[in-house]
Amino acid sequence: MATRGGSSGIGETDGEPLCAPLHRRGSLSGAALYWLAAKVLETRVETHRVKSIVFERPTWERHIPGQHVDIRLTAEDGYQAQRSYSIASAPEDDHLVLTVERLPEGEVSPYLFDVIEPGDELEMRGPIGLYFVWKSVMAEPLLMIAGGSGVVPFRAMLRHRLAAGVEVPTRLLYSARTIDDVIYRDELEDRESSDETEIVLTLTREQPAGWGGYGRRVDRTMLEQVAWDPDRSPRIYVCGPTSFVEKVASTLVDIGHHPMSIRTERFGPTG
Amino acid sequence: MAIISRGFTGRRPEVESNRLPPGQYITHDFPVLSAGPTPRIDLDSWNFEITGLVDEPRSWTWEEFNSLPMETVTQDIHCVTKWSKLDMNWTGVSLDVLLERLETDATHLMAHSYGGYTTNLPLADVMGGRSWIAIGHDNQPLAPEHGGPARLLVPHLYFWKSAKWVRGIELMAGDRRGFWERNGYHDYGDPWREQRYWGD
Repeated sequence: MATRGGSSGIGETDGEPLCAPLHRRGSLSGAALYWLAAKVLETRVETHRVKSIVFERPTWERHIPGQHVDIRLTAEDGYQAQRSYSIASAPEDDHLVLTVERLPEGEVSPYLFDVIEPGDELEMRGPIGLYFVWKSVMAEPLLMIAGGSGVVPFRAMLRHRLAAGVEVPTRLLYSARTIDDVIYRDELEDRESSDETEIVLTLTREQPAGWGGYGRRVDRTMLEQVAWDPDRSPRIYVCGPTSFVEKVASTLVDIGHHPMSIRTERFGPTG
Repeated sequence: MAIISRGFTGRRPEVESNRLPPGQYITHDFPVLSAGPTPRIDLDSWNFEITGLVDEPRSWTWEEFNSLPMETVTQDIHCVTKWSKLDMNWTGVSLDVLLERLETDATHLMAHSYGGYTTNLPLADVMGGRSWIAIGHDNQPLAPEHGGPARLLVPHLYFWKSAKWVRGIELMAGDRRGFWERNGYHDYGDPWREQRYWGD
């Protein structure tokens, strides 16, 4: 092999500027990602099945909003399990936050939800991924579309936008089952009122009395109303369960958004 | 030295350890991972090409491709996002058939997909009965979200190397990084050596 794991990248003729690995220690040489111990400072209940875990910030340099980390658990006999989780905090935040949905059939998420408490240490490595990322220097209107816990990386983007003080037009369309399933509800309300970010909720299963927002699954009409006109070339991020992402991304293409402007992150029940 | 996770017992896979690479777990679903929308591909204009460092490029229409000798194989699949799915059933054309008697000085190839996705591989890794262009899964046409009508299948490497919606391979005189390889993922991607990310 001429280039093993991140040597100079000779002949990257079809590279794109987004891929410039900013914020990454030794980025040009593709430094290895080591497992580091990360200490739990706090856990927060977000909904009846979602918790945020606040960690002491690992020693790596700033991550980019949208990146994920790998978590590794080790049993006493040495058995190990790994999973990936999106980072929910901004690079500017004091702590690193992961938000975890408890999947009943899962192996790792029930442990993180039920057992982990302040003072515990987990092994973590990252930050990982340079495609589903947003940086405050990006000038196009920012459109984020989340299904369920797909909202997690968007919290990192929204907090990064606020910390950087940029005024790029920003919208989040967030689909949840009920109002009680809305993760970061208070924070999103604050963000909308103080930060000129437009947060649009749709509650697909049940709406509180007097609900003024959408009350159905994301569809073409909703996307035509919420997404900017394709001529404004928004940068679009879609994150959620596979079926949600498939439908949203394909409808965005139907209404004229360029496929290359749509970045997706999908997750299945992988616990 | 790993840190013991207080109270973690885990759920041990019910397979022999020699079938599950390090850090992987068994899934019975068929999860989907891709960077953007599923491209729409018209079979009337579909074709598969071999281009690059070759005197005579080769190309097949959908109809021509379907008349090539097909193999149905059972393979274990390992995704970099940690899931593994054992004994998957695939139908496709071996790369050995497509590359038969081809003269080239190439050492590597870039797989190109509809939608713009690329991934790079050493040429040796797609030869010798180790890779296919798959058009079927479980005796059904390959579904679009899983890469249909046709995807590269290279089961001995992490599954991102098995490019969905493949439209051709470009033979290259040296290595060059593809899409995920430029975006933080390993150049080669051997699951048994856990080559997930840059520097692994």
